[in-house]
Amino acid sequence: MPIPSPALAAGIQPAATAPHLLRNFCIIAHIDHGKSTLADRMLQLTGVVDSRAMRAQYLDRMDIERERGITIKSQAVRMPWGVTGDDGVESAYALNMIDTPGHVDFTYEVSRSLAACEGAVLLVDAAQGIEAQTLANLYLALENDLTIIPVLNKIDLPAAQPEKYAEELANLIGGDPEDCLRVSGKTGAGVVELLDRIVADIPAPTGDPTAPARAMIFDSVYDTYRGVVTYVRVVDGQLSPRERILMMSTRATHELLEIGVSAPEPTPTRGLGVGEVGYLITGVKDVRQSRVGDTVTNAHKPASDELGGYRDPKPMVFSGLYPIDGSDYPVLRDALDRLKLNDAALVYEPETSAALGFGFRCGFLGLLHLEIVRERLEREFTLDLISTAPNVVYDVTMEDGTEHVVTNPSEYPAGKIREVREPVVRATILTPNEFVGGIMELCQSRRGALQGMDYLSEDRVEMRYTLPLAEIVFDFFDQLKSKTRGYASLDYETTGDAPADLVKVDILLQGETVDAFSAIVHKDKAYSYGVMMAGKLKDLIPRQQFEVPIQAAVGSRIIARETVRAMRKDVLAKCYGGDISRKRKLLEKQKEGKKRMKTIGRVDVPQEAFIAALSSDAPTGKDAKDAKR
Amino acid sequence: MRLPDGEDAPSDGTLPSAVVQGAAERAFGVYLHVPFCAVRCGYCDFNTYTALELARPGEQLVGASQDTYAQAACAEIAFADAALRASGVPRRTVETVFVGGGTPTLLPAADLAAMLQAVRDTWGLTPDAEVTTEANPDSVTPDALRALARAGFTRISFGMQSAVPHVLATLDRTHDPERVPDAVRWAREAGLGVSVDLIYGTPGESLADWATSLAAAVALEPDHVSAYALTVEEGTALHRRVARGELPAPTDDDEAAKYELADAVLAGAGYDWYEISNWARTPADRCRHNVAYWRNQDWWGIGPGAHSHVGGTRWWNIKHPRAYAARIAAGVSPAAAREVLDGEARLLEDVLLGTRLVEGYPVSALSRQAVEGLVADGLAVRTDADRLVLTLRGRLLADTVVHRLT
Repeated sequence: MPIPSPALAAGIQPAATAPHLLRNFCIIAHIDHGKSTLADRMLQLTGVVDSRAMRAQYLDRMDIERERGITIKSQAVRMPWGVTGDDGVESAYALNMIDTPGHVDFTYEVSRSLAACEGAVLLVDAAQGIEAQTLANLYLALENDLTIIPVLNKIDLPAAQPEKYAEELANLIGGDPEDCLRVSGKTGAGVVELLDRIVADIPAPTGDPTAPARAMIFDSVYDTYRGVVTYVRVVDGQLSPRERILMMSTRATHELLEIGVSAPEPTPTRGLGVGEVGYLITGVKDVRQSRVGDTVTNAHKPASDELGGYRDPKPMVFSGLYPIDGSDYPVLRDALDRLKLNDAALVYEPETSAALGFGFRCGFLGLLHLEIVRERLEREFTLDLISTAPNVVYDVTMEDGTEHVVTNPSEYPAGKIREVREPVVRATILTPNEFVGGIMELCQSRRGALQGMDYLSEDRVEMRYTLPLAEIVFDFFDQLKSKTRGYASLDYETTGDAPADLVKVDILLQGETVDAFSAIVHKDKAYSYGVMMAGKLKDLIPRQQFEVPIQAAVGSRIIARETVRAMRKDVLAKCYGGDISRKRKLLEKQKEGKKRMKTIGRVDVPQEAFIAALSSDAPTGKDAKDAKR
Repeated sequence: MRLPDGEDAPSDGTLPSAVVQGAAERAFGVYLHVPFCAVRCGYCDFNTYTALELARPGEQLVGASQDTYAQAACAEIAFADAALRASGVPRRTVETVFVGGGTPTLLPAADLAAMLQAVRDTWGLTPDAEVTTEANPDSVTPDALRALARAGFTRISFGMQSAVPHVLATLDRTHDPERVPDAVRWAREAGLGVSVDLIYGTPGESLADWATSLAAAVALEPDHVSAYALTVEEGTALHRRVARGELPAPTDDDEAAKYELADAVLAGAGYDWYEISNWARTPADRCRHNVAYWRNQDWWGIGPGAHSHVGGTRWWNIKHPRAYAARIAAGVSPAAAREVLDGEARLLEDVLLGTRLVEGYPVSALSRQAVEGLVADGLAVRTDADRLVLTLRGRLLADTVVHRLT
């Protein structure tokens, strides 16, 4: 009887469940490999969501998540499950399924989700095999000593090759290909067996119920009505309603207004005990006051040591966000203030661009994070935005020893520079072996260094590279995708920084620098960047009544030049009685269009030119999503 | 040509009271539209129809076809007079009449004469009235031209377009360039003033082709020349051919070079520009009817798709001859919609029209800074009479000039 009887269920009530009846697990999967659909089946089979209330991908709350098929924010759901032992006695267990974010930008959040579990379901599409991010998260899980249950999903697909990929998984984690479960989230096949296997294989949590309380925050979500909802895994002791709690990294104390579990709707409880997973509400309004990775303890009887592994979120990619309509600046400011409540990693400060007006320099965990924030700003706050080409953060040391942290190319210092350091990532690329040559070429052209290469199976290769992060934020995904017909997948994590031979390239219109187009690039790439940008602008800037030179320069040295020739004619030849209204309306429309232009010196540049020049190198929503496939 | 968007026009044709103000000081002209052509040219987006397009067996509606069109036009003249009177606009004698098309000379000279007579009977014509008709060089005969002159026509404007056969072919013009000198001679002999229209920038036209056409036009010794850059209008066969890549799109640079050549050749032959696309041998040869458009005077446009302007209100008639004829027959205004211009729109129109003329625009009515900027940039000069007049470069960049002035 999978759904425990009321009598048995009484033994697994929150705050009153013995640790040996708990199982905490997560699902590691690549986007589109069917994690959310599998989770839906589990919710149904365990009876926590009935079929009528079921909506597809129940756990993905935000529209953007649902549309893009990405789980941005993890959640935890408590599910009852009954198992009959070898002795014929039935026992009820409480399973906590902790959802993990699936993308490269959220590695740290993933690591905290994993740290809240004892086991992980490694879910792989039986038609596609393992992908790079899944592999990276698998390694993270192995580092955290999690028990791995390998599962092949979508076995109902005609293209499924379960034998091949079972072999691949066995090679990766050891064990027998026969141990690999085969399920279909769509039809429900094999899901009961999987739930049984979770109970059988994944160790029960251990902890000291008498020690001072220690719980790890693995997620923190802002809710308009409730304030911040903090998801925790209790390691030692017990948390109860109304007690005062202490956040050990920030030393802030709060009253526990509500404590409970997600089943899957929030359900208040008498508390949470050792090994349990649930949520806390303290009334704080900003996720920064309840940080992922932090340790929660009792304020009156605090633990002496934090649980390990806390890290401040660190923005790695920066971009300027500007409203296309300058009068929207206050709306953008308020919108960022709102998003920040739910996004501890988002940082921003006001910035002024001669070309784009008032905006914000924003820091993100990575490209997808940037895209998600931008899309939410545009969708939820109906803003039209220009984002400047993303760049990384540079540490510049001058000859005189002064140091600058540069997050915006236009702030790159002039004068004698001793050293520039840039962030470096360790990248993992999984690819069918036919594309290895193309990928090596690409990585080499992006200043990559090959660190190693392994065959996962006969025709699939794992390649490891170190690369400057700056090279990845500059259309690397697009290139990788086009060179491998979309078959390669990429994961990377930052590993530190390294000195590099970098220069700033400025773009000048009629001799005036356009700050939005300045870029910090490797010395060897300066020329091609200059030629590319000048060429692009030549096609985008409409002809003016005078000639407009477009130049690319490193310091005072011009490295590329294009010219927008002067416009010679704009008049309509015929203007008789029947033409006048039409002609006037045309001029009025042009006048409206001119209002949307930025004037650089005497040159009128349409907003569209900025958008086109800047956006083609930045990821679009579509590209960012495709890049992860 | 697509009609602009506008508000509904009243069915009795009455005008807002504001149009009365200053009406006595404004000239009054009449435009008569003839919406028929033997064939439709590929570049043309004017409101015109071929006999085939209009053919309907058992047609009864007066004015919906070529044979009865003059009757409907005369009925609108009567309607116009009543509407103006009802609106309180003082009666003004007509100073200019312009018959355009389409191809007005597809109608018998007697029909054109009848329409002119209706104007004369209704409002009167000043003794020196200018009465022009457009004509296709191959749709005129010496007899017809004499008949027009007798009826009171003073001027004829021939659609010559080009003297180069392959250019005429691209434009779908059917006339034989060799016939144009005859048509011009007959018009002169009938005592009519002569203008020729030219088009430059046709796909495939070289600068040398254009020079050939200009020389041919000058050799005709007309009183007046109009030269228009070809505009590829949406909805025309030419537009579709350009969109499909069969023909190259005209370029501004090519048209600018051809405009400059036209201005040089015509000036050299004794024709002075008086409007961006018009040149005349003497000030008396300028087309007064058209000058009235650029000076924002009043006119009533008769016929399907015709536009009118009286004192800051513009309106335009419904386009199709059948629908038009039905409205006229019912005694209802044929206006499709109208625009009552506000002060800002009137000013913009005044500047965009006025700056097209050689007499220029009064500096006192313009921003001093903008005027100085235009002069400094070589787009305009300031005359002794303190008027701003466009230079050759300014004429080509007239839109830029208007933007900087408004």
